[in-house]
Amino acid sequence: MSQVDTTTNAGQLLAAASGGRRRLGDRVFSRTAVVAAVTILALLAGVAIFLVSEGYPAFTAAASELPEGKTFLDYVAPLAFGTVLASAIAAVVAVPLAIAAALFITHIAPPRLAQTLGYLVDLLAAIPSIIYGLWGIFVLGPAAVPVLKWLEEKLGWIPFFEGPASATGRTMLVAGIVLAVMILPIVSAIAREAFAQTPRKLAEGAQALGATRWEMIRMTVLPFGKSSVISGAMLGLGRALGETMAVTIILSVSGAVTFNLISQANPSTIAANIALDFPESSGLAINALIATGLVLFAITLVTNMAARAVIARQNHE
Amino acid sequence: MESASVSHSPELARPSSLLASGAGWRRRAKDRTMTVLIAGAFALAMIPLISLVYEVTKRGIPGLSLEFFTSDARGVVGEGGGASHAIVGTLVITGVAAAISVPIGIMGAIYLNEYGQGRLRRALTFFVDVMTGIPSIVAGLFAYALFEIFLGPGIRLGVMGSVALSVLMIPIVIRSAEEVLKIVPNHLREAAYALGTPKWKTIVKVVLPTAFAGLVTGVMIAIARIVGETAPLLVTTGVVDSMNSDPFHGRMQNLAVYAYNEYRSPGVFKQAAYDKAWAAALTLIAIVMLLNIVARLVYRRYKTEIR
Repeated sequence: MSQVDTTTNAGQLLAAASGGRRRLGDRVFSRTAVVAAVTILALLAGVAIFLVSEGYPAFTAAASELPEGKTFLDYVAPLAFGTVLASAIAAVVAVPLAIAAALFITHIAPPRLAQTLGYLVDLLAAIPSIIYGLWGIFVLGPAAVPVLKWLEEKLGWIPFFEGPASATGRTMLVAGIVLAVMILPIVSAIAREAFAQTPRKLAEGAQALGATRWEMIRMTVLPFGKSSVISGAMLGLGRALGETMAVTIILSVSGAVTFNLISQANPSTIAANIALDFPESSGLAINALIATGLVLFAITLVTNMAARAVIARQNHE
Repeated sequence: MESASVSHSPELARPSSLLASGAGWRRRAKDRTMTVLIAGAFALAMIPLISLVYEVTKRGIPGLSLEFFTSDARGVVGEGGGASHAIVGTLVITGVAAAISVPIGIMGAIYLNEYGQGRLRRALTFFVDVMTGIPSIVAGLFAYALFEIFLGPGIRLGVMGSVALSVLMIPIVIRSAEEVLKIVPNHLREAAYALGTPKWKTIVKVVLPTAFAGLVTGVMIAIARIVGETAPLLVTTGVVDSMNSDPFHGRMQNLAVYAYNEYRSPGVFKQAAYDKAWAAALTLIAIVMLLNIVARLVYRRYKTEIR
């Protein structure tokens, strides 16, 4: 009985296999998948096309028609400077901490704790940027004021800490540190993955030769993870370049182009400038802001591409 | 390449020097110093997380009340009034964004993993990478530019925010879904084909159910990632004090922009506005944490054991 059933089933399946219904189902489903793929590409093309078409008028407009009465290039240059400066501070602060956190989780903390600790670091990435902004201006900023004063007094001869120190903490240094906290999880996650994949035979070989744990890390883990760490740092930099709300809230801006990180007068960033000015703008000012967004898009794109290139080259090896 | 450079390092080339105990204490001291430094750096990295959660909880609780969840801010000056309009707005904007992104993202992942080949597949992989790097404010500007061309300057709608968030959400969904589909073992697919099951039915009845827990987890984490976005909504959905649950008509408030706006324009009664900003921040952080935790629980509870 059961044998007959099986044969009939197989027969039906074979019939279906050659029949039109199966081909119809397959055709509909695979077309839907292709449509989804094409939609995503079209969406991205749309992003580029609409930004260019709405930003273009600002590229060609006369200086007198644009905000602050400057040509577009003069308008965007200080903003681009501020964007790169804030992100550079973030990367300089975040990368060593991220590497240390990744080493701690993969090689120093008890293995039972590793997953939980990794989850804690990842939680930093889950917190919305608006909350980082509020924390930066109400908590970190005021807490940083005495430190900024100390930097001005003791290290004032370095251009970065020339002062006068801000009394509110709304400075480039504080904004950069908050950005550093925000990008730490992504840099750390990539470093962690690479460190965890260090071939065991290398690590164990080093220790069998009598290397201490630090020597083992320095001689096997760090060289092995180097290119991953570099690409992770660049992805983090890309994240920091486009980060908006934390900088919008924390930084007190004057449009000054300066390397002075602890004073009240700071350059704004492209993203923060859009968030601050967009709601109250109209006409060509909107086009100018969209054009700055396009510049930001280009800067982050180049950074991310460079990071991917590092990863790709490493995979080749 | 890397391993070669390791074996060339002088310490390893002369193992006897490592075993010699003469300079041993110095190396052990260095090992201990570095261990302490690394552990210290990890602790330093955790301080912001602890401080942030503590401060948001401490400052957020005074602003929380029944009123905060049940009334809007229409005509409210100073104390009183709530964020119900912002909570509803957050749910609507995020919901519409998920309704756009989840089908496109998962079908896109199915394309990449089950069907894709040749130039289209390579292009999609590459451009999804590009998409993950789009700054959130740029996604907002795109949505604004798109709707402005058809509906005129100064336009603000809830659905514009959803489109902006979709640009950010689709790459997250597609990446996580692709990862999950990849680990569905091939022998399951082959077993289904051997029974004569058509490919689409194999995907719907075998591949997707096997990957289900992972797909749900990925979607929840993607939602958690966009639910707190502020910048793209600031330029697309606008700021408003009263309830609006229709994404196709008029401005729409949401929790993140609400928190920003209470901080930015506190009016005369500063402390009352700041309390509301922190209360909104606490609500937002609670939503994000809840989504993350539930996502992890779903995965642990329902994941298919793959042998």
